[in-house]
Amino acid sequence: MWARAGRRVLRAPRGGCRGFASRAGSPGKAGGGGVSAGREAGRAAPETGRIAREVVEHLERLALVDFGGPEAVARLERAVAFADRLRAVDTDGVQPLESVLEDRCLYLRSDNVVEGNCAEELLQNSHRVVEEYFVAPPGNISLPKLDEQEPFSQS
Amino acid sequence: MLGRTLREVSAALKQGQITPTELCLKCLSLIKKTKFLNAYITVSEEVALKQAEESEKRYKKGHSLGDLDGIPVAVKDNFSTSGIETTCASNMLKGYVPPYNATVVQKLLDQGALLMGKTNLDEFAMGSGSTDGIFGPVKNPWSYSKQYREKRKQKPHGENEETNWLITGGSSGGSAAAVSAFTCFAALGSDTGGSTRNPAAHCGVVGLKPSYGLVSRHGLIPLVNSMDVPGILTRCVDDAATVLGVLAGHDCKDSTTVQDPVKSFILPSLTDVSKLCIGIPKEYLVPELSSEVQSLWSKAAKLFESEGAKVIEVSLPHTSYSIVCYHVLCTSEVASNMARFDGLEYGHRCDINVSTEAMYAATRREGFNDVVRGRILSGNFFLLKENYENYFIKAQKVRRLIANDFVNVFNSGVDVLLTPTTLSEAVPYMEFIKEDNRTRSAQGDIFTQAVNMAGLPAVSVPMALSNQGLPIGLQFIGRAFCDQQLLTVAKWFEKQVQFPVIQLQEIMGDCSSVFENDLASVSLKQ
Repeated sequence: MWARAGRRVLRAPRGGCRGFASRAGSPGKAGGGGVSAGREAGRAAPETGRIAREVVEHLERLALVDFGGPEAVARLERAVAFADRLRAVDTDGVQPLESVLEDRCLYLRSDNVVEGNCAEELLQNSHRVVEEYFVAPPGNISLPKLDEQEPFSQS
Repeated sequence: MLGRTLREVSAALKQGQITPTELCLKCLSLIKKTKFLNAYITVSEEVALKQAEESEKRYKKGHSLGDLDGIPVAVKDNFSTSGIETTCASNMLKGYVPPYNATVVQKLLDQGALLMGKTNLDEFAMGSGSTDGIFGPVKNPWSYSKQYREKRKQKPHGENEETNWLITGGSSGGSAAAVSAFTCFAALGSDTGGSTRNPAAHCGVVGLKPSYGLVSRHGLIPLVNSMDVPGILTRCVDDAATVLGVLAGHDCKDSTTVQDPVKSFILPSLTDVSKLCIGIPKEYLVPELSSEVQSLWSKAAKLFESEGAKVIEVSLPHTSYSIVCYHVLCTSEVASNMARFDGLEYGHRCDINVSTEAMYAATRREGFNDVVRGRILSGNFFLLKENYENYFIKAQKVRRLIANDFVNVFNSGVDVLLTPTTLSEAVPYMEFIKEDNRTRSAQGDIFTQAVNMAGLPAVSVPMALSNQGLPIGLQFIGRAFCDQQLLTVAKWFEKQVQFPVIQLQEIMGDCSSVFENDLASVSLKQ
C-alpha cells in the first residue's frame, strides 16, 4: 500500500536542491540553451521547453509508468507548452474551483454496515490469491534507475 | 419497428403488437449484420434474451415496469456490469468481470431494459475519435448511408469502401454508432469533455450530458471525478428525456449527487418561443470552424428569431483558455485516478515478481496504451510540487473564471446558449489519424469541454446534412439543474429542423423490412 500512498503525496524531488528558484518569468529569462540541472529541474525551461532527464526519471518513478522513448518525452514537452498558455490569464484574487457543487453540503452516509461479506467475489478478479489474501511481491525494493535497469526479464 | 422512437415501441409492446423477445431478436440480428461497424465489444445475447423472456411475462400479466420495459439498450464499456466483462477498451481490464452493476445500469435493468451489450470506446474514454481502443476503431454508420454514398457517387461496394470510412467521434463512439444503426433504442455514454455530444453530432443522434450531480457516477470507471457525467444517446429528444427520468436522482453511493427532489422530465411541446432568450457566444466563432457548420449555426439562430425568440450575442471571455485549462485538470485527475490500476486486486498483472514497484511498473506498461500513459505522465508533471501552483492551482482558478462566465451570461437573462458541437462533420479515419490524440482531442472537444468544467447540462441535436451527406449537430447549453427546460427547447428545435433518417437499406440486406410500417399505426394514448 505504501507505494500507492507515496504516489498521492506530493514528494519533494530527489536530490534535495530542486526548489523552483524563480517564478515563471517571461520567456527569455535565465536558463540558457539547456536546463541547469540544479535550478529548474522541476519544470520545462521556458525557451527550449526541454525537460531534464532527472525530471523524466522522477515522473517515471512517481507514476510507475515509463515514457518508452524520446517521442513520449517530446509529447510531454508539447503538452507542457500547451499548458503554459494559462500564464496569460490574470487570476489575481481568484479562488481555485475544486467542485462545481461547492455551494452545497456533502452528505455522509450513516456509519452502518449494510453490505459486504463478499470476499470470495472480490478475490475472484485477482491473478494471485492465497486464501483470503491478495499476494504482492516484496515492497521494500526500489525500482532501479533508468541506466541501471536490465532488459525486461522474468523472475 | 427498429426505426421507431422508444416511446412508440414501448406503446407497441404494451399493446402486444410486438413482444420483447421478437424485438430482442431483431436487434441481435441487426447487431450481427452491422458487426463491421465494431460498435460492440461484448454482445450479451443470453442475458438479453433472458431479460426479454421476463419482460414478456410481465407484459402478459399487464404489469410492465414502465417505458423502458423490454427496450433494448447498450452501455458503454466503462460502466461496470455485473457478470459481464468490462474492459474500457484497455488491456489493463481485459477479462475483468465486475461483481456489481453501476447505479445507472442497475436503474435501467430495474426498469426492465434489455442489455444488448457493451459498446466500444477510446481506451479509458481518452480521445475524441473512438479510434484508440484495443478492439480497434468504431466506424460511423453514415459512411455506409445512401445519403453519403450518393454524394460521393460511389457504388455500394466500391474499392474505397474499406479505407474511406468515417470516424464516429468519441469517446462514446460505439454507443453513438449502436443507436445510429438502430441496434438499440438508447445507449449510455460518458461525458467528461464532450465524449457523448461529439459522437452524437457525428452520428446524427441526440447526445445529452446532464447536469453534474444529477446522475450517479457510481460504477462509471472514473476519468475526471469533478467533470465526469454519464451521458445518454438516443434518436430523439423525447427518448433522452425518458431515459434521464429513469437515471436522475440522488444515489447514496455517489456523494456528488445532489439530494434535491427529482423533477419530472416529461417534456411539454413548446409552441411559443417568444419568451425564450437564446444566447450566441461570440468567442465560439473560431477560424477553424467549417463554413458549413457556421452557416447552419446562423440558420438556427435565425430560426429562433423568426419564431419570436430573443436571440442575442453574448460573451464568454475566457473561452480561448478553456481547452488549455481542461487539458491540465483532466490530465491531473487522470494521473490520480489511474493510480488504482496496479494489477494486485483486479485487471491485468504482469509476470514480474521482483518487487511491488517493478510489478506495478511493468503491469502498467503492458496494460495502458500510449495515450493513457502520456496523460498520466503529463498529469504527474503538473502535480509535481514545484509545478502544482503554476499549473494545477492556476488551472483551477481559470476554471472558476470560466464557470463564472457562464453564470454571468445566464444571470443576464439568457435561458439557453446555442453553439456548434463540432468543428466540422465526421472526417475519414485515414485523415483523423494523421494527428496525435492530444491534438485531435483539443480540436474535438473545443466547444464541449467548457460545459463540463462548469457542470452545466448540454445536448447535441442533429440539425441537417452537410454537402457530403453527413450529419451536423448543434449544441444547446442550459442552466445548472434546468435539464428539463434545456430539453424542451431542444425538442422544439428538433421538430423544426426535421433531421432526415439515415438510409442504411443497402447494408441491411433483408433487414430493410424493419424500417417499413409493418404494423398498424401505433397509438400513443394508453
